[in-house]
Amino acid sequence: MQIDDSRRKMLQGGLLGAAGLLVSQLLRPFVAAQTGNGSKTAPYTGPHGAMTTVGEVDHARNGFDPQELLTAWDGGKISTLSDGRTLREYNMVAIDKEIEIAPEIFFPAWTYNGRVPGPTLRATEGDLLRIHFVNVGSHPHTIHFHGIHGATMDGVPGIGRGMIGPGESFTYEFEAQPFGCHLYHCHAIPLKRHIHKGLYGAFIVDPDPERHPQHVDVARSRLLGTPENQRWQELVMVMNGFDTNFDDENEIYAANSIAHAYMKNPIPIDRRRPVRIYLVNCTEFDPVNSFHLHANFFDYFDHGTTLTPTLTTIDTVMQCQAQRGILEFSFRDFEPGRYMFHAHQSEFAELGWMSFFEVA
Amino acid sequence: MKGRVTAATGRRWSWLWAAVPLGALTALLWLFLTTDPLAPLGVGAPPLETITVERTILDDSGIHLRVRADGSEPLQIAQLQVDGAYWEFSQEPVGALSRLESAWLHIPYPWVKGEAHHLTLISGSGTTFEHTIEVAEPTPKPTPVRILAFALLGIYVGVVPVSLGLLFYPFLRTLGAQGLQFLLALTVGLLAFLLIDTLQEGLELAGSAAGAFQASTVVWLTAGLSFLILLSAGRRRGHSPIGLALAGYLALGIGLHNLGEGLAIGAAFAVGEAALGSFLVVGFTLHNITEGIGIAAPLTERRPHLLTFVGLAALAGLPAVFGTWVGAFAFSPQWAALFLGVGAGAILQVMVEVGGYLIRSSRPAGRSWFSIASLAGFGSGLLIMYLTAFLVNVS
Repeated sequence: MQIDDSRRKMLQGGLLGAAGLLVSQLLRPFVAAQTGNGSKTAPYTGPHGAMTTVGEVDHARNGFDPQELLTAWDGGKISTLSDGRTLREYNMVAIDKEIEIAPEIFFPAWTYNGRVPGPTLRATEGDLLRIHFVNVGSHPHTIHFHGIHGATMDGVPGIGRGMIGPGESFTYEFEAQPFGCHLYHCHAIPLKRHIHKGLYGAFIVDPDPERHPQHVDVARSRLLGTPENQRWQELVMVMNGFDTNFDDENEIYAANSIAHAYMKNPIPIDRRRPVRIYLVNCTEFDPVNSFHLHANFFDYFDHGTTLTPTLTTIDTVMQCQAQRGILEFSFRDFEPGRYMFHAHQSEFAELGWMSFFEVA
Repeated sequence: MKGRVTAATGRRWSWLWAAVPLGALTALLWLFLTTDPLAPLGVGAPPLETITVERTILDDSGIHLRVRADGSEPLQIAQLQVDGAYWEFSQEPVGALSRLESAWLHIPYPWVKGEAHHLTLISGSGTTFEHTIEVAEPTPKPTPVRILAFALLGIYVGVVPVSLGLLFYPFLRTLGAQGLQFLLALTVGLLAFLLIDTLQEGLELAGSAAGAFQASTVVWLTAGLSFLILLSAGRRRGHSPIGLALAGYLALGIGLHNLGEGLAIGAAFAVGEAALGSFLVVGFTLHNITEGIGIAAPLTERRPHLLTFVGLAALAGLPAVFGTWVGAFAFSPQWAALFLGVGAGAILQVMVEVGGYLIRSSRPAGRSWFSIASLAGFGSGLLIMYLTAFLVNVS
């Protein structure tokens, strides 16, 4: 009896121990299922890692190439008036057009002349400008220029001709004033929609050297076509965004519309020649946009309305909507290679406003 | 004579009356597909675009999504953002996705363990589709050790508690008529809870499946159909199942519910949402122990073999193992919803049969089936399940 009892106890103890051991062993793989490998850095592939859009935009189908936009100055049809002044006549057509703003993403844009940003109008201080505007789009539009002109030429609803309806036309006429880096945009209501749909562009007024005797050389270097000007590599960049799902937030950011365009095809820069960028902010929905240059610094002329820099030796500049300015810098004696520039809002950079100069 | 000929002729040509409407239907479909008879309505709506993310896998090479298009026209996934940044990805197979077609997206993104990631898919028209990874955890791969681990998880939440419940059997036999009534009513209460739970789970999963599958309708339909099939199968001998047969159907119904539970747990563990770990397992043990008691209830008047109990425990518990595997390694919401619909039907069937048994067993004693004991039992069944469910809510 005694032996039986102890044997039973021993058996029970043994069974309990075995069961405990079994359970603890059984729990082990269960624990293994919960502890993972942790995060791993995935392999990077592209020129700037994997952080980019996939594929290529068909620029031919869009009808404009971001590389060509950089230097596509529209001086208009030039003639001389009886008083000796230069007359420049431009043709602007508002037209609905679907454009590919990132590979395979199509945006139902409203455009001037079928491109976003619209044509870069360039004139010289004091020229008389006639902008023949035809609206073949589906909504009323205007052209509101940032410059000096009379109320009826301001291109806002209810004043002068006001909104130009579909099928209608109007000629805006004013003198190119003041010199600088400006913009134009549609001022039809609702304003946000008409701007973010793509109705904006750069409007550059070069200084007339004769009117600036103290800075003749600077003014000549800014005046398109002079030998002093041809030394420069001039580029125009309109910072913009696209709200593809119409939730009042941009899905795409870029300089000159196409996400990552200058990242995939860097802008070639001759390091022996100085660089001048006409920078305009036409971004809708966000209060500011910015431009940051890597490994270099630039001088900045706010609005371009001065011939001496308003900010010197900076590498980042911030612009509110419609603010613009001129950047001047040089890669002389720099190591050849790719130099990055982008919005220094990381959000915008990661959503497409990311670019390279190919300095050689 | 003449009349017979006419009847024969009538029969010979009767197929025509099936062919005419079918022919007309074909013509109508052709008309709609080749012309646009609705054009005068002025409906020029852009194509409807919807996309459903069915599965998310995180591993050393990045994030992988299985997506299913659910729009009116083929959908091109043009670009993809992770945490507000455009990211490279490859699609397999490539090209636009037709309605209900699925594809894998492979994204080489350095995700961060334990943190949330927000993905945005952008279609060719610029429409965006959001997908959130709540807590990034490496997705378990079906290695032998992982398969075993998830099997054990299934055993812990299914087989173990049901077996423990069945161990009450000797005690249940000692109960009197009133006690039995209480017990059967408790089983019905427990089943009522499981029915609601299973339907809810099924409908919730149906909501995350591609819309065109109409998965929530599928849940209701499969529930109704499986209820009728099981009911007629159980009564094929002309009377309601009793004793062992009833216990078997109980085990089947509860097993199908546990399959759904396994699915939910497996899927939750796989995506790192089940942070409760062993607390969860303890909770399920308490929650499901009542199921074992319920299965044993119709057997109190017999002396079943021990192996019978093993079989019942396996039938009711093992589906949880299968569920955790599917949930962890091969989850797809529309199939899971279908399974849960079947489970709901099976539970309804045993509710009806156990209820019938409760009524019949009250008759010989001359008592009403509706008594304090049965009401208390039903209430207790619901309450026990509700309270123990506090421990196991994983989602």
